[in-house]
Amino acid sequence: MGKYWNEKIECMEREEMLALQSQRLVKQVRHVWDNVPYYRKKMEEKGVTPQDIKGVEDLYKLPFLSKADLRDAYPYGLLAKPLSDCVRIHSTSGTTGKRVVAFYTQNDVDMWEDCVARAITAAGGTKDDVCQVAYGYGLFTGGAGLHGGSHKVGCLTLPMSSGNTERQIQFMQDLGATILCCTPSYAAYIGETVKKMGLTPDDLKLKAGIFGAEPWTEEMRQQIQASLGIKAYDIYGLTESSGPGVAFECQCQHGMHINEDNFIAEIIDPETGEVLPDGEKGELVFTSITKEAFPLLRYRTRDICVLTRGKCECGRTLVRMAKPMGRSDDMLIIRGVNVFPSQIESVLLKMHNVSPNYQIVVGRENNTDTFEVRVEITEEMFNDTIRSIEELEKKISQEMLSVLGIKAKIRLVEPNSIPRSEGKAVRVIDNRKLLD
Amino acid sequence: MTVKQLSVFVENRPGRLSAITELLGNAGINIRAMSIADTKDFGILRLIVDDAERSVSVLKKEGCSVTLSNVLVLRIADRPGGLAEAMKVLYGYNISVEYMYAAFINTENNTACLVLRVDDNDKAVTALEEKGYKLLSQDELGL
Repeated sequence: MGKYWNEKIECMEREEMLALQSQRLVKQVRHVWDNVPYYRKKMEEKGVTPQDIKGVEDLYKLPFLSKADLRDAYPYGLLAKPLSDCVRIHSTSGTTGKRVVAFYTQNDVDMWEDCVARAITAAGGTKDDVCQVAYGYGLFTGGAGLHGGSHKVGCLTLPMSSGNTERQIQFMQDLGATILCCTPSYAAYIGETVKKMGLTPDDLKLKAGIFGAEPWTEEMRQQIQASLGIKAYDIYGLTESSGPGVAFECQCQHGMHINEDNFIAEIIDPETGEVLPDGEKGELVFTSITKEAFPLLRYRTRDICVLTRGKCECGRTLVRMAKPMGRSDDMLIIRGVNVFPSQIESVLLKMHNVSPNYQIVVGRENNTDTFEVRVEITEEMFNDTIRSIEELEKKISQEMLSVLGIKAKIRLVEPNSIPRSEGKAVRVIDNRKLLD
Repeated sequence: MTVKQLSVFVENRPGRLSAITELLGNAGINIRAMSIADTKDFGILRLIVDDAERSVSVLKKEGCSVTLSNVLVLRIADRPGGLAEAMKVLYGYNISVEYMYAAFINTENNTACLVLRVDDNDKAVTALEEKGYKLLSQDELGL
């Protein structure tokens, strides 16, 4: 069993990688300049021409692309290849009203699937594995991405898509799935359902899970690992840059390796746009240097994270990104305080016997923000007296206060009353938006 | 001599009581006593039923939060001062009542039944029985 999918790239010396990136970047900038008038105009406005970009060291000269640009340019404005050369599209969910459509040539699909194959291999997957893909299939990149990567590795692929959880578990048992791919919130739900069906991890052959498309915490990882008896690996990506597989976790579970031969990562100060040194926290920016149809240069992901260089114990030299704290879009500003849903999840999972099924409800009363966290009560939490439940609410509230620096009203709700995600979890209801 | 009581966590929203009682009704379970303790956001529905174990499994299967606890079902005289006398017995032994509610069970004329949760079941049983009070057993609830 190979430890790497592409050892040459994954363990490439830094100098060699920089040379490869530089060569690809120069070519890509020329490709974009020639074929994407929208970006060319941005470059011209900044006084940059392809001649100014001689290597990775010149990357900072290029203008940024933001989600707003993608919306402005919808649908074809950033397309760099004739449609006749494209073979597929994918799209973001558009839940925030900002739908993004990305285009792929066959080479783009191959590159993407290759990235996912690296992730599956890093999670211990080989052609002998049975890979259950429970990400949604369709416009969402999750299903197609893991499906393609699983084929590449040669796993027996179960294209389940999301939903129908009991059937998922039945297939998992009957066909001996060894790798599960889905969103972390769905993995947690599958774990709960396994227990509810009276099964234990011993009844399943699962050994690994590849979970992404949502921010999730270390505590959630522990919980999923225990409930399914697996090692849980994070995978990162975004539709704008292809899909899952931009970065992936190895056995060390210590940051995600970015596929630097295809994507150059930078961390910038989200306020000033200035590039920050490795190790500093800031907004992640990606430049696709191999994509043909939808080659985004310096795309601002709005994910807040940290990059770490230095060889990983797994032997890979690819730069690692920390788990994003959350997309800056996910960040809530409540009574002037920045709150990430992942912080709330983290507090709940650290508390004994508290369920991690939560929903944040933000509203406004008398010009003040209201902040309620609904938490599902579990059997372990429930006791016959009102007093004990109120004490528990108070305890959670105090923990929240110490972590968030803001007081939340904790409201315990009935089990299974918070809608479960079969795709991405809806963790936040912000009623203020309706009022504004 | 204690009896199993079911406590169900119920959110304050329309239809919850209807749903829970319907589940029990469909399962052929008879409710012998009940009370609801309520707060702003949730309540605890406490029930004495003819088949506690089965009720728990019916409710859990539907995803309810249910817990069982041991309470006393006490028969007192249905006349002025009947309750006061029983309370006096408990007070005499320094037993405190956490909550209490009336039951539908009526095993003899001119009596009433109470469900009691106290801080010390054993002590309360001894005290009440010593004074000649009748505590009902699980088997007597189906009556």
